[in-house]
Amino acid sequence: MSGLALDLLLQAIPVGFVMFLVLNFGGLLTWVERKQSAIMQDRIGANRASISVLGLRIRVLGLLHPLADAVKMLTKEDFTPARADVLLFKLAPFVSVFFGLAAFASIPFGDTLQIMGREIQLQAVTLNVGILYVLAMISLGVYGLMMAGWASANNYALLGGQRAAALMISAEVAIGASIMGVVMVYGSLNMQDIARGQGQPLLPQFFGAWIPAWGVLTQPAAFILFLTAGIASTKRIPFDTPEGESEIIGYFVEYSGMKFGMFAMADFLETVVISGMTTALFLGGWQVPYLQASGFVFPWGASVALPHLAVVGLQVVSFLTKVVVMLWFLMLIRWTLPRFRYDQAMRLGWLALFPLSVLNILVTALVLLAVGKG
Amino acid sequence: MAYQTENTPADPRHSSRLGLRQRFYVVEVLVGLALTSQHFFVNMWRHTLKVVFRSKSARGAVTIQYPDERRPYSPRLRSLHRLVRREDGSPRCVACMMCETVCPAHCIYIVATEHPNPEIEKVPERFDIDLGKCVFCGFCVEACPEDAIRMDTGILEFAAYDRASMVYTKDTLLALEPAGVDGVPTSPVPIPPSRRPA
Repeated sequence: MSGLALDLLLQAIPVGFVMFLVLNFGGLLTWVERKQSAIMQDRIGANRASISVLGLRIRVLGLLHPLADAVKMLTKEDFTPARADVLLFKLAPFVSVFFGLAAFASIPFGDTLQIMGREIQLQAVTLNVGILYVLAMISLGVYGLMMAGWASANNYALLGGQRAAALMISAEVAIGASIMGVVMVYGSLNMQDIARGQGQPLLPQFFGAWIPAWGVLTQPAAFILFLTAGIASTKRIPFDTPEGESEIIGYFVEYSGMKFGMFAMADFLETVVISGMTTALFLGGWQVPYLQASGFVFPWGASVALPHLAVVGLQVVSFLTKVVVMLWFLMLIRWTLPRFRYDQAMRLGWLALFPLSVLNILVTALVLLAVGKG
Repeated sequence: MAYQTENTPADPRHSSRLGLRQRFYVVEVLVGLALTSQHFFVNMWRHTLKVVFRSKSARGAVTIQYPDERRPYSPRLRSLHRLVRREDGSPRCVACMMCETVCPAHCIYIVATEHPNPEIEKVPERFDIDLGKCVFCGFCVEACPEDAIRMDTGILEFAAYDRASMVYTKDTLLALEPAGVDGVPTSPVPIPPSRRPA
């Protein structure tokens, strides 16, 4: 095999992994949503979709429901309103899903993998401005909603699209401002560098090597602000004013079949992206506590040497575990809180999240100056 | 006396007024998350007990999976009617028309005929109940002087695709048995022709 083909193949590994990961998480989240909400509410949840194999009805805990959903969505009538802008109407769900999928590309899910004499960064796209890329992709996702709202030729859809745009702006500003604290602490816009920085010990002059400098410890306020704004940018409950099933139905009111399914999918994809972002920026990314490149080095002096592949495998598993925990937490929030009214969501974004984020930047700057890292 | 504001939203002490803690969201959100996650973990633990350790008593959900399991029905439940039989299998009904008369929904239709036994006055030739009209008041059971009609079969699944199939005739009603323990039907559900698979 020629060198170029091998390079391409090796580069395809992280890209394929990310696509596989995000798409499967997105699909499984429909199942998680049903089951987790059911368990939280003392119910059983969807469990009746079954496949007959040799006269045996196989249900596997309702895991077949996403499949049944897909079949249902694909076989439904694909409706286009008579006065719709056909091109934009058909393009909108694809735009939504595309940016949801693309956003995960610069989130690292492991350290450098050395294989066949080559070094592969375990992230789909190695970018020096990775954070800005993710923010850009999340922001661009709202174009799909605005296109859907505009092209549907429906006042409720237009209202929903307008609400989505307003919500996205107020959330994006807070997201960007809250992340700045993290960027200042770790001194990079590259998410891989930020993840590596979180493996350093926190305040070694006080704690030695006991506590890793995860973002949630160095930037606790930013963590809460980012999480809140991040949930708002997924436009799921409690920030689902663009959809608001019980009031305006929202930007996808005229959509049916798989196009509607794609909007629902985009919400789940964005949830996965926000989980990945939170993990990478605040929960140590792929870091395992006390795991160095050569193996475990414990602060009490013991150490366990591990082969390179095992270390990388542990890192990837660690990242996936954290993402799953975050997904669980986001679902918990989604099934606990009621919807913010539109004006409440705006007020929260502009009068609470944004000023607090700016304050966080100032405090972070002062602290960094004080400890002499600035 | 001034306009009463006590216990209305205009009252500053009313529970709908938000205090500082509520306005700050974070604490209240955490309280809510604690409640829902407590339900989640307790129920997950019970599901684990049930599935992994085969515990009989652990219930992680209040759901009753209806077609597979039924909730226990009260013995007083008024379900599908049945006609009580004599020892020779003929209906105990003497076609006195009391039930037909008392029925507020006019869903009972009886045609009387002579009974071969001279000690028994009459016997119904036809005894139709239109369940599409029946309101399940149980007056027919109360009115019957011979205890010939009862509503204790425990059968509730008599939906049909057309009105004609909702009419239950004498032979069907005679064949039904009373429900067993917990109201579980002992006789098969008389599936109307419109519901039978083609």
